[in-house]
Amino acid sequence: MTIAPIVRTVTVAAAPARTFELFTAHYGAWWPKGKTPAKAPHVDIIVEPCANGRWFERDAEGVETQWGKVLAWEPPHRLLLGWQLNSHFEYDPDFLNEVEVTFQPDGQGGTVVRLEHRDLERYGADAERLAMQINGGWGDKVEQFAAYVANHH
Amino acid sequence: MTNESRATNAYTALGDPMRRRIVEQLATQPMPVGKLAERLPVTRSAVSQHLRVLKDAGLVAETAHGTQRIYRLDPRGIGAMRDWLDAHWVTALDQFKQFVENQPKDETR
Repeated sequence: MTIAPIVRTVTVAAAPARTFELFTAHYGAWWPKGKTPAKAPHVDIIVEPCANGRWFERDAEGVETQWGKVLAWEPPHRLLLGWQLNSHFEYDPDFLNEVEVTFQPDGQGGTVVRLEHRDLERYGADAERLAMQINGGWGDKVEQFAAYVANHH
Repeated sequence: MTNESRATNAYTALGDPMRRRIVEQLATQPMPVGKLAERLPVTRSAVSQHLRVLKDAGLVAETAHGTQRIYRLDPRGIGAMRDWLDAHWVTALDQFKQFVENQPKDETR
């Protein structure tokens, strides 16, 4: 079974090198608050700037929660991340989805950011336990989130 | 139905504790309404109503087996996971765009 990858693009008004830098070095600043695997709010989300680097968040107490790892670090045009959050939205070192982000000039000084989240069929083994993910208190947040998305589409 | 509303329905459907228990039961094995009602502290007709909501949300499928209808988890449940992630990235990239565009102009080379 193959599941179509998620592909999303967004065009931003900054050059690729700057956009790559903002995406990676400032990850914790733009990522939606409260939409992370850790229980406590994040103060930072770190994408270590090298292949095999870690990808994790840190809370105010300094507690780190892993998200995955950097598979390829190719500024300013490409970043390949290993998303290791399973269907419970928990870090699982045995689970990995690729998230590829590319940064291409839009010809007008801006950048087209293209994100592809693939290997979704790997959730297959987990799919029947989808309900458990919702069970741990995620239900309300996900509903709010879905409503937010619907209103900001 | 759009993917978005299907995902919303899936999460809304699972917002009810009894429906989550039904899903948990069906995760162990497919079964008819009567067997679900035996295992849960609700009536058969209440189970039927919950199953209808779960079916509409794409989480549960039924197959006819003789005169009985057997309920099982719908493998498309994975579709809900995909929808959820998709919505996740829409929001995240939207926030990223706003973040980039709120940076001081002299820094956006």
